[in-house]
Amino acid sequence: MAIPKVCGIETEYGIVVRGAAEPNPMAASSLLINAYVASLQPRVGWDFEDESPGNDARGYRVEGPAAPEVETHLVNAVLTNGARYYVDHAHPELSIPECRDAREVVVWDKAGEQILLRSMRAAQATLPPGQELVVYKNNSDRKGNSYGCHENYLVDRAVPFHRIVAGIVPFFVTRQLFAGAGKVGSEARGVSSAEVPFQLSQRADFFEEEVGLETTLKRPIVNTRDEPHCDAQKYRRLHVILGDANCSELATFLKVGTTAVVLAMIEDDELPRNLALASPVQALRQVSYDLDLGLALELADGGRISALDIQWEYLTWARKYADTHGLHAVGEGVGAEILRRWESVLTALETDPMSLAGSLDWVAKYTLLSAYRERHGLAWDAARLAAMDLQYHDLRPERSLFARLDVERLTNDAEVEAAVTEPPTTTRAWFRGKCLQRWASQIVAANWDSLVFDVGADPLRRVPMIEPLKGTAAMVDELLEGCATPSELLQRLGT
Amino acid sequence: MAEREHRRKAAPSRHEEEVVDEQPPKSDKGEKIKAELDDLLDEIDEVLEVNSEEFVRSYVQKGGQ
Repeated sequence: MAIPKVCGIETEYGIVVRGAAEPNPMAASSLLINAYVASLQPRVGWDFEDESPGNDARGYRVEGPAAPEVETHLVNAVLTNGARYYVDHAHPELSIPECRDAREVVVWDKAGEQILLRSMRAAQATLPPGQELVVYKNNSDRKGNSYGCHENYLVDRAVPFHRIVAGIVPFFVTRQLFAGAGKVGSEARGVSSAEVPFQLSQRADFFEEEVGLETTLKRPIVNTRDEPHCDAQKYRRLHVILGDANCSELATFLKVGTTAVVLAMIEDDELPRNLALASPVQALRQVSYDLDLGLALELADGGRISALDIQWEYLTWARKYADTHGLHAVGEGVGAEILRRWESVLTALETDPMSLAGSLDWVAKYTLLSAYRERHGLAWDAARLAAMDLQYHDLRPERSLFARLDVERLTNDAEVEAAVTEPPTTTRAWFRGKCLQRWASQIVAANWDSLVFDVGADPLRRVPMIEPLKGTAAMVDELLEGCATPSELLQRLGT
Repeated sequence: MAEREHRRKAAPSRHEEEVVDEQPPKSDKGEKIKAELDDLLDEIDEVLEVNSEEFVRSYVQKGGQ
């Protein structure tokens, strides 16, 4: 049986400082994050040690007296909602806590936007007059520089990696039909605005390989990074780098939800047909560039099939899979909702794509820009349209064009607000977040799979958390409530 | 599979559309979105960055992952 698809998203945001003579994105990103964590004293650093040697019934074991080393110089914080917030490649990056299903991912992804927005406001107070720091949730500067929005999924180590690749590539190439964030023009060499006035995806221009380890050069459709941040004997963490950063909640929900369903099917070896594409990298761009959504892609076996029909195939298989295996791996209730929305979106894309303008990013952006273009008689390469493309992703509600569009929501303000400080109850992020809420001053470092405590007389003590689904509220609340101090916690975990 | 085929038949394929040269059916939802969009276009210039060219030119990022 497929294992639960614990999942999460890590987003690199675009950052600019207006009015600065020599903008330094690294310094600006540090300023941004420091301004936020300064209000969250005491601050807890990230622990780069990534060893996971022990395990007990709850997934924890207290280690002996070998003191872990703690990084102090990098801007790298762990938040009480279980997220990690840091500077990476001259961008502010936020990794949401591990979630149990796609709906939770949407809630914590939106909470992440709130954290960035608050950081922006806190940072603004420290800037000289005339300067303004602004953050964008997009994936390109329109000049050939791209930054990512990565997804992570827990996968059974026993599944051969080649089976994952074969099963997921046709799906990845075509899921941009609903998960694309939309972009004016192309950044691929030699592709003119006349050829590609608008495309479905922000990222398709930047992928050059089918499979590989890179993330910044020669980006691959399937990334092979093998860094599970949990029990490496049992699990993989599939690190997905080709997605766009979505503003639309439905786009995020479907992007993560359908991917989790397909991975569960691959684990159970329930993909009935191999839809191997003749040229996946080329197809990724072809799909992104094809606003008619009807182009026939070439299959390795010589056949031809449209991107929409590939998605219909996967959905049909998923329906059968749900009947025979259930959807426990992605959450039963959420799984049923994923299949329902997946079908309704494919139907709409086939019959009246623009009816999704109130639901999906690329359609919302395309509809707005098309209408503006018509009204003002602009060509697609007009600077005004490029500016609107960027401004769609501006995180400031008063400036964001996405915010103006009244796009359908799946979350509510109250749950997003709670998720700014509270971790999901359903994964080990709960244990991490709750310990930070209670004992931040005695936690000197945190990592995805451990917490390091300083309880005074003893050497630093690491608590490994190598099981992503241990440390949930149901499993540890009684334990945590019974401990007044971290020393008591360590004592009880150590017995 | 039967259910899917039934659903697919209900929707005109792209090929058939081209032959009869008909507009694809517009949903009420689509019309409503259009009306709201008109209202938005009336006021959007107040929100847009004043100097588009300068804004687009100066939006430069370091490549990331």
